[in-house]
Parts: sequence; structure tokens; C-alpha cells
Amino acid sequence: MTQPVFWALVGMALVVLALYALIVHAHLLRKVLALNVMSSGVFLVFIGLARRTPGEDVPMAADPVPQAMVLTGIVVAVAATGLALALIVRLRVLTGRTTLGDDTGD
Amino acid sequence: MPLDPSGPGLAGPAWMLAVVFLPLAGALLCFLLPRLAAPVGLVAAALTAASTLALTLAVMADGTARTQLGGWAAPLGILWRADGLSVALLAMTAAVGVTVSLYATAYFRNDEHERTFFWPLWLLLWTALNALFVSADLFNLYVTLELLGFAAASLTALGGSAAALTGAIRYLLVSVLGSLSYLLGVALIYHGCGTVDLALVAACVPDAPRPAMQVAAGAMIAGLLLKTALFPFHFWLPPAHGSAPAPVSAVLSALVVKASFYLVLRLWVDVLGGGGRWVAELLGVLGAAAVLWGSVLALRQERLKLLIAYSTVAQVGYLFIAFPLAVAGGAVAWTGALYLALAHGLAKAAMFLSAGNLLRFGGHDRIAELDSAVHRLPLTLTAFALAGVSIMGLPPSGGFIGKWLLLEAAFEQERFGLVAVILLGGVLAAAYVFKVVGHAFTPAARERRIRAVPPGMEWSALLLAAAAIVLGLTLPLISPLLQLGPASAASAVTLAAGGGA
Amino acid sequence: MTPLFDPQLPADALLPLLVLASSLLPGLVVFFLGEARVGTRTALNLGGAFLKLGLVGWMILGVYHGQRYELRMPLLDDLDLVLRVGALSLLFLVLSAGLWLVTTVYAVGYLEQSPHRSRFFGFFSLCVTATVGVAMAGNLLTFLLFFEMLTLTTYPLVVHRGTEAARRAGVVYLTHTVLAGALLLAGTVWLYTLTGTLAFAPRGFVSEVASEHPAALTAIFALLIGGVGVKAALVPLHGWLPQAMVAPAPVSALLHAVAVVKAGAFGVVLIVYDVFGIEQAAALGVTGPLALVAAVTIVYGSLRALFQDDLKRRLAFSTVSQVSYIVLGVAIVGPLASVGGIVHLVHQGVMKITLFFCAGNLAETLGIHKVSEMNGVGRRMPWTMGAFTLAALGMIGVPPIAGFISKWYLSLGALEAGVHWPLYVLIASSLLNAAYFLPILHAAWMREPSGPWAEAAARASAQAGDGGGRPRPETRWLLLLPPLVTAALSVLIGLFASMPVSPLEWSLLIVEREFHYP
Repeated sequence: MTQPVFWALVGMALVVLALYALIVHAHLLRKVLALNVMSSGVFLVFIGLARRTPGEDVPMAADPVPQAMVLTGIVVAVAATGLALALIVRLRVLTGRTTLGDDTGD
Repeated sequence: MPLDPSGPGLAGPAWMLAVVFLPLAGALLCFLLPRLAAPVGLVAAALTAASTLALTLAVMADGTARTQLGGWAAPLGILWRADGLSVALLAMTAAVGVTVSLYATAYFRNDEHERTFFWPLWLLLWTALNALFVSADLFNLYVTLELLGFAAASLTALGGSAAALTGAIRYLLVSVLGSLSYLLGVALIYHGCGTVDLALVAACVPDAPRPAMQVAAGAMIAGLLLKTALFPFHFWLPPAHGSAPAPVSAVLSALVVKASFYLVLRLWVDVLGGGGRWVAELLGVLGAAAVLWGSVLALRQERLKLLIAYSTVAQVGYLFIAFPLAVAGGAVAWTGALYLALAHGLAKAAMFLSAGNLLRFGGHDRIAELDSAVHRLPLTLTAFALAGVSIMGLPPSGGFIGKWLLLEAAFEQERFGLVAVILLGGVLAAAYVFKVVGHAFTPAARERRIRAVPPGMEWSALLLAAAAIVLGLTLPLISPLLQLGPASAASAVTLAAGGGA
Repeated sequence: MTPLFDPQLPADALLPLLVLASSLLPGLVVFFLGEARVGTRTALNLGGAFLKLGLVGWMILGVYHGQRYELRMPLLDDLDLVLRVGALSLLFLVLSAGLWLVTTVYAVGYLEQSPHRSRFFGFFSLCVTATVGVAMAGNLLTFLLFFEMLTLTTYPLVVHRGTEAARRAGVVYLTHTVLAGALLLAGTVWLYTLTGTLAFAPRGFVSEVASEHPAALTAIFALLIGGVGVKAALVPLHGWLPQAMVAPAPVSALLHAVAVVKAGAFGVVLIVYDVFGIEQAAALGVTGPLALVAAVTIVYGSLRALFQDDLKRRLAFSTVSQVSYIVLGVAIVGPLASVGGIVHLVHQGVMKITLFFCAGNLAETLGIHKVSEMNGVGRRMPWTMGAFTLAALGMIGVPPIAGFISKWYLSLGALEAGVHWPLYVLIASSLLNAAYFLPILHAAWMREPSGPWAEAAARASAQAGDGGGRPRPETRWLLLLPPLVTAALSVLIGLFASMPVSPLEWSLLIVEREFHYP
């Protein structure tokens, strides 16, 4: 197993794990954490598989473009976490709940 | 390096920058000057709409507009591109945007808190939408998608009630999940192609390793379907759209859902070169299920805003019925779906604005008790009914043209099952629209007036509804913008590759 | 890019547009008028009605001399919205423009003092706009547009009273018409994908593809007829019509004589002659079943009418029966039968509107809603019952009233086509007509007055003393005049059926000029 494939598989495992956690946990903080883990997994896949010359099997040539993109992605993830936490805190203050409850509607 | 020297018209690129940076500047100003939020926001909205019009005219005259941000060429730099499809959605966004802005000045007049937050967030949302429609690389699209999700979630929470917060949180979680799924696809595509530029990726997809591309496409489209609220991913939409303030619901249902649909379409047509037969069939089945399920649930709602929200679920279904029809060879189906998307944007915004008026007047939106409000707001009711005509797909509305084109494609391919779904959706839509409109003609039990409705709110709803009807008469003007298919993608590839070399 | 309008519009192309606008614009303005502004509203309504009649009259002259009026505007890529006026459309135009004027007068009198008059007259005008649009449609797409507009604008009229019964009738009406609209749309699009055109043509436009797709064309014919058949109240699609009786009398009059039912029947005529072409329809073998449906409807409607005590319901089932004369005339396949069917478009309209006006007068003046309450009413309201009697006799087919002409030509047509069973249908129907109309006439003229209205009248005259006051008119003039005019008209168009522009002569002209029998 080459190095890129290894990292990609680890990343995919994280994504699947996080998806599972996102679905089964009702507590909103856990859901936010799950999304954070999932984004880490996606970033790992991104970085791990990035190659400058597609199609050739060379290990990990340094490619700055995906790293820049993942940096942007991290910023976005932080913003999402911040916004989610703010909303959750507000919901807790208003209702005392930290779950979404059962008002999906259908 | 000047803006895109190769383009035939220099006006297009400049207007393209304007439609993104004007609302952004407006959003920042509104944030910095909360006391002047409404007038500043209105000016920004007017300017944005005006530059969208200018961009539309430029693209209609000179063809696709392109620009490279910072002067860096395609593989490394960021390319913006506005073709007919982008311009059509930009124009619809501007029409809805400027009317909703007018409506919002009256709607939030007496609510200082909501007003100061609405304007910057709404203009930011508009920025994200416009940026999404002109972006021409996969990663930039991801960023705009996330921006859109944040602005939309924050706007959903604007009301501050527990229901609004729950709706907002669920919406945010779903939105981030969808975006991450999309980003996973981008990562795999970068692995295969080494670029994220749409045109270059499109050129590389046929030669790239197939399994990776299939997984990538699957992850991206699944994420976007989640954001578009295609059945069975629609669970988050009604609570979010149903609990937000009226102008926000209008924007969410009319515009935000369309953005992710636009992206699915863009990927399908321009990047994946048509996609697989079976995936298209699956999308068609889901779309048909959405039409029926959404309509039936809309019919069963007791609250007006939820009824309208479920109607969105149904109408989104129509957009996906086009996929199997288009794969089997019919640009007609794409034009039909796009026409439905545009008409739905205008009509659904009009419906939510009307619902806002009724809610404001009567203090509630329980359908069974609407009669007292309906009698006193004839303009609002007219707006709702006219929007309903387009949603039902009756002539000569925009919705009719869209449905006609879809039916034409379905009959040509003898897909009678889809024909039945398309027609049945219209009949069910008539049922839920008249469930509301019927109240206008029963005698009002007693009159309870909570707050007066300013005429501006009534007229802006009516204006949008009228636009949805008039849209049906303008196909000869608009159809050149909506020609989708391999031809437009191919020309884009050659041009972009030439520019990048 | 195609311009939306042809910049060089000749004046003749503007005429159809003006005919539409003459009711559309007054209708839109009326919505915004306050309830109290009776004068302005009436002036707008009547002004529009007179203008429309004038414009139509002008076009009669033109069409008689071979002129055709046409206006088109692109809607879909290869498909235009087309308004055109030929002989056939003009027949329906004259009917709707003329009866709109009369009905407006009647409605002004009928709705004095009642609430929501602006809304009523607004939708009333829009309804007429849709009807003349149906009349002038130059292709199936335009027809579909105005047909659906008719559905939407009639709904508020049906539920106008706002009672629970009205609401239920509205639901039934919508369920029927919306489903029918879906069928019509399906048939239209399917046909377009086969033929690539929808423009009405003298011998239809399907003959080129008929040999390739006979099954599909038969299905399309069924869809289209199903779509218009609901409005034409063909059995078993007629369920909404008796329900819609809860609407105010002028609406029933308009629904039955001019707008909805007639638009459906007119649709059948268009589909058979101008879409499929009579030869092609006969070759496909679809006219036989259509004739059968028409025959069943004629007999069934008459039978049901026989057992209705509610006067308006009896008239409604009578409409179900009578409108299918038109369909029967079309489906017999032959020039004379066609003349009989087409001329009945006008004849049935004029006679049936008289009957509904009279029923409205009885209800409005004396509170009579049931046949069993009509004993002796002829003495109290001789003029109204006189008009009723003329129209009812016409329906039965007594010469020289208009209905006789229709039945005569239908019978001749059946004989000419070499089939005999329509004769039996016509005879049975006429006997049934007599069976449900003559008892009414007998009760009204021959029996002693009885029932609540008679007692009230007796008390009133006892209080006033014998011969105390001047003789009063039996009801308001605005209510009395319209039925008298239409009753006179139904006699005159029967008496002078051979005059140059009588409905009969005009129908002969249509059949000769536009249907192209081999």
C-alpha cells in the first residue's frame, strides 16, 4: 500500500466514523464534533492524494495548491463550528435543551 | 494584466465583478452602520440589481463573459465565468432580491434588532449566491457554497424563537455535511486531474481513473442533493423555511435551494459530460417521489408557511425529473427544468411574501382561520393566487412553459409514467393552492386585526407573482440563454484551455 | 431573436385584441372600485359590453366578405399564441358578446344591494374575456390557455355566495375542471410531439401522421374530448353542473348558455373539425363512440331532469341533455347534421338563458325555488312566465321557435348520413323534454295559486284593499327586460331562419366554407 492510498483510507475511515456519530448522537455538541472530525478526514484525503502530475505513481511530491485549499477549508470549518456553537448556546439559554427534539415535521 | 483581454466585450467582466462586490460592500457597510442599515441595504440592492441587468445584457450581446481574478490564469488562478445559465439565475436572483429588499424595509421597520442583523446577512447571502453563479472552479464553488450556508442558517435564526433556532441548527448541520461531501468529491477529482478549474476538469474526466471519478461525482452530487432538499433529503427544509421571517423564507425557498441545483446541473452537463443513465434514472425516480410526496404533505398542512415549504419540496422534484429525460437526448428537458426553476423562484418568493402579509395581519398562519385576513388583503390574495397559477403550471405562466417542455420531452420518449407524475403534481398543486384561496370567498367569521400591512409589502408580493406569469410570455427572449448541452461545454473547454496555455 | 410583437400590426389584426380588451380592462378596473360606486361600475360594464358587440358586428361584415382577422405572438419556440376570427369563431363570439350584454343588465338588477359586487363583476368580465378568447383561439395552445383561464375565473362566481353549499360546489367544480385541464394538456402536448403543429386547419392537421400512429391518435382524441367533455357536461363527466346551481342566477345563466358549458361544446366542435378533421376522425373510428356518448347524455340528462323538484336543478339536467345535441350533430358526420349541431350552439344558448333568467326572477321576487311551488304563478308574473313558456316550448322543439330548427336539421342530417338511431334519440328526448317542461307550464297557468308566496300576496292585497294602488310591474324592470328580449330572440331566430345573417344561414356558411366536406 502506497503512502497516499494509506492516508486516503485513514481519511475515509474518519469520514465514515464521523457520519455514524453525526447520525446516532442526539447531543448537538457531539454532532458539531462529528462534523469537525469529518472535515479532518476530508482534508486528510485531499492532502494525502494530492499530486502535481496526475496518473503517475510518485510518492508525495509537494503540491502547495491543495494545502492552500485545505487551509481555506480549515478556516471555513472553524467558522462553521463557531456559528453552530453560538446557536446551540442560544438554544440552551432559551429552552434548556441541547438536542434538536422531535419536530422534524414528517 | 488587464481584465481578460481576449474577450470580445470588456463590459461583461467588469459587471461580473460588480455583481459580487457591490452586495459584499453593502453587507459590510450595513454591518458597520447599523442605524443606516435599511437605506444602505436598499441602495446596495438596487445597484446590484442594476449591474446584474447590465451583465445580462452584455452576455446576451457578446456571449459568455470571463475574467481571471488577480490576473492569474486557469490552472492556478481563479476564473470567473458568466454564461447564459449563470446569467439566467443571476437575473432571477436580482429580481427576487430587489423585491424582497423593498419588502424587508417595510417588514422590519419596527424591529430594530432584526433589521440590524437582516441587512448585512441578506446582502452577504446575495454575495454568496452571485459568486456561486459566476465561479468556474470546484474549490471556489465550495467556498461560496459554505458562505451561502452560513448566511442562510444565520438568517433562519433571525426570529430568535426556539423553533427558529432549532431550524437554523438543523439547517447548518445539514449544510455543512453536504458541503463536506462535496469537498470530498473535489479532493478525489484533484487527485485524478490535478486541477479544479471546471473546463480543465471536464477535459480530463474522460481519461481519469474511472472508479475515483465515479466516487467523486457520487459524493459531490449526494452532498448537493442534500442541500437541494431532494426527497428523501427534504426533512430539514420545512422546519427551516417555515419558521424564518417571511422575507428570509422567500429567499431561502426561491434562491438558496436553486443554487445547489444549479451546481448539480453545472457539474452534470459541463463537467461530467452527461453522467450515467442509471444515475439519471435514480434522480428521476427521486424527483417523481418528491413531486408526489411533497404535494400530498403540502395538502395536509394546517399552517400556511409549512404548506408553502412542502410545495417547495414538490417543485424541487420537478427539476430532477428532467435528468432522465435529458440523458435520453433532449435539450428541451433542460430548458424546461430551468424554466421551472426560474418560475418557481419568482412564484415561491411571492407566496412567502403573501404569507408574511397574512401572518402580519392576522397574527397567525393557521389556514383554517385565514378568512378574516384574506378578505381584508385582496392584493395579497391576488399575489398568492397568481403565484399559485405558476406553481400549478397553468398557462400562460412561467411554470406552464416549464411543464410544457418537460411534458414534450416525456411524450417524445413515451415515458408515460413521468407524464402522469408531472400532471398529477399540477393537480395536487391546484388542490393546495385553492385550499388557501378558497377562504377568500367564505364569509369572515370575525375580524381580528393585529397589525396593519403597509402597501409596499402587498405590492412587492404582487409584483413578483406578476413576474412569474409574465415569464411565461418571454421564452423567445430567454431561451437563447438556456441552451444547455455538450456544445456549450465543449466551446468552454477550448476557450479556457487556450487562455490557460 | 424574434420580436415579441410584429411591429407592423395592421388594423385588422388589432380587432381580436380589442375584443379581448373590451371586457378585460373594464373587469380589471372594476376590481378596484368601491362597492358604492354603482354608476361607474355599471357604465364600465355596459360600455364594455356595447363596445364588444359593436366590434363583433364590424367583424361579421368583414368575415361575410371573406376577410380573416389574425394576430399572433410567439410563446414557445415553434408555437405561437394565435387569435383569429373566421366564420365559426364569429358565431360563438356573437353569442357570447350578445348574451354578455343581456346578462350584465340582468346581473345589475339582480345583485342590487348584495355584497361583493365589485368582485362579482370583475370576475364576470374576466370570465367573458376567457370565453371570447376560446372563441378566437387559432390553435390548440391558445384554446388551452383561455380554457384554463375560464376555469379559474368561473370558480369565484360559483362560490360567490360564500355559503357552505357554495364552497362544496366550488370544490366539486374545481376537482372536475382541474382534472379535465390535465387531460387536455396531456392530449395537447402529445399531439404536438407527433405533428409538430397545433394550428387549427379546415381539415384538421393530423392526416399526415394518421397512418403511423392510429392508436396514439385515438388516445389523444379521448384525452382531448375528456378534457373539454367535463365542461360540456358529457355523461359521466357532468357531475359538477347540477352542483354549480348554488351560484347566483346570472352566473347560472352565463355558465349554461354562454361560458363554461358552451366553451366545452365549442371545444368538441374544434377538436373534431379543426384538429382531427371530420374525415380523419371518422376514419379513426372515434365519431361512433362520441355519438354514443352524446346519445346517452341526451337521454340520461332528460331522464334525470324529469325527477328534479328544484327548478334550477331541473334546468341544469336539461342543459346536460341539450348541449349534447351539439355533440351529436358533430358526431353524426354529415353536412346537415353539422349545421344542426352548430346552430344549436346559439339556439340552446338563447333559450336556456331565458329559462334561467325566469327562474332567477321567480326566486328573487317570490322566493320560489321548487317546481312544486309554482302553482298559479303565471297569474302573478305573466310576463316572466310568458318568456319561460316560449323558451320551454322551444326546447321541446315546437315550431317556429329556434329549438325546432336545430332538431329539424339534426334529423335531416341523420337521414342524409343514412343512420336512423339518432332519430329515435331525438324523438325520445323531445318526449322527455315535453314530460318535464309541460307539467311546469300546466301548473303555472292552469292551477290555482298556492304556497307561501300566494298566501303572502293574498295578505298584502287584503291589507291594501281591493284595487287600492296603481298596477305594479311584476318585478324590477332590469330583471324583466332581459328574459323578454331573449325569449323574443328565440322566436325571431326561428321565424327568420332563412334571413342572410341568421344563425342558421351562418351555420350553413360555416359548414360550406370551413368544414370542407368531401
